[in-house]
Amino acid sequence: MHEMAIAESILDIALDYAKQNQAKRIAEVGLKLGEMAGVEEESLRFCFASVVQDTLADGAKLQIEHVPLVGRCLSCGKEQRIEHYAFTCPWCKQGVLEIVSGRELQVAYLEVD
Amino acid sequence: MEIRVMQDVLGKNDEIAAANQARFQQQGIFVLNLMGSPGSGKTTLLERTLELLKEDLRVAVIEGDLFTTKDADRIEKHGAPVVQINTAGGCHLDAPMIQKAMKELEGQAIDLLIIENVGNLVCPAEFELGSDKKAVVLSITEGDDKPLKYPLMFKEADVAVLNKADLLPYTDFDMQSAQHDLQTIHPGIEILQTSATKGEGLEAWVNWLRAQVQAKKEQRV
Repeated sequence: MHEMAIAESILDIALDYAKQNQAKRIAEVGLKLGEMAGVEEESLRFCFASVVQDTLADGAKLQIEHVPLVGRCLSCGKEQRIEHYAFTCPWCKQGVLEIVSGRELQVAYLEVD
Repeated sequence: MEIRVMQDVLGKNDEIAAANQARFQQQGIFVLNLMGSPGSGKTTLLERTLELLKEDLRVAVIEGDLFTTKDADRIEKHGAPVVQINTAGGCHLDAPMIQKAMKELEGQAIDLLIIENVGNLVCPAEFELGSDKKAVVLSITEGDDKPLKYPLMFKEADVAVLNKADLLPYTDFDMQSAQHDLQTIHPGIEILQTSATKGEGLEAWVNWLRAQVQAKKEQRV
């Protein structure tokens, strides 16, 4: 939820880094988006395209790297994809799966001129 | 030219949440983030909690709602210090709001701070406030399918309070199914059944709170 507020935060981070590096134009913003980050991609793209207008990031491409929800079993140590939000290890049947990745919402990089 | 960034989008909120947590730690306050749908019974549960704990613990409350002071007014009647935050449209509380609200509680000696979040099963789960534990109130009338529909909320909560349990005979809420789904998303989650209006199941709830406050105090020593 809050894709508009998230888009604004992404833009703030991008403009901040662009300024620090004296960039004239932001061509691309790379975002790491975890499967369980709670963000809807299409809505985010729509909001992003809207907030970047008339800024250094006007027309910038939003490149999203989807990060799967992966867990490591605290009992048997096996690392695996978490399916259907089931957090008990299907291998040893008793361990709890600790999230290794899949909650990310991070600006990874910028492509600037 | 590529610029490496690696910045969390919600980083600013998380930084302030960490500052809140450090401050609570320093003051020895155990903080609970109380969440749940509108009408699930959060405020009524809070009122009962204040009645039951008033002899043993100094409790303060931060209330979060879009509009009105209705909830803070109810809490005030129980004699607990309370701050009402109105988000005027915002669907969740965030760390900066809590940081600001704490200014109004300056100078108060507090053992337990309960933050009643905005009624919502979606957004509050995503925003750290700096609390020690999180509770979600799910009322029987909302249906037994809600845990799997809102997995992030039930994954984040340390305890699920299944409220309005007195209405079980009048609904087709499948308790076994709900508990199974809760354990699927969050193995080991504490599950309590209560009726805040009828006063049922509240001993287990306040005992859980007492244990949390005690554990926090022991941590500091």
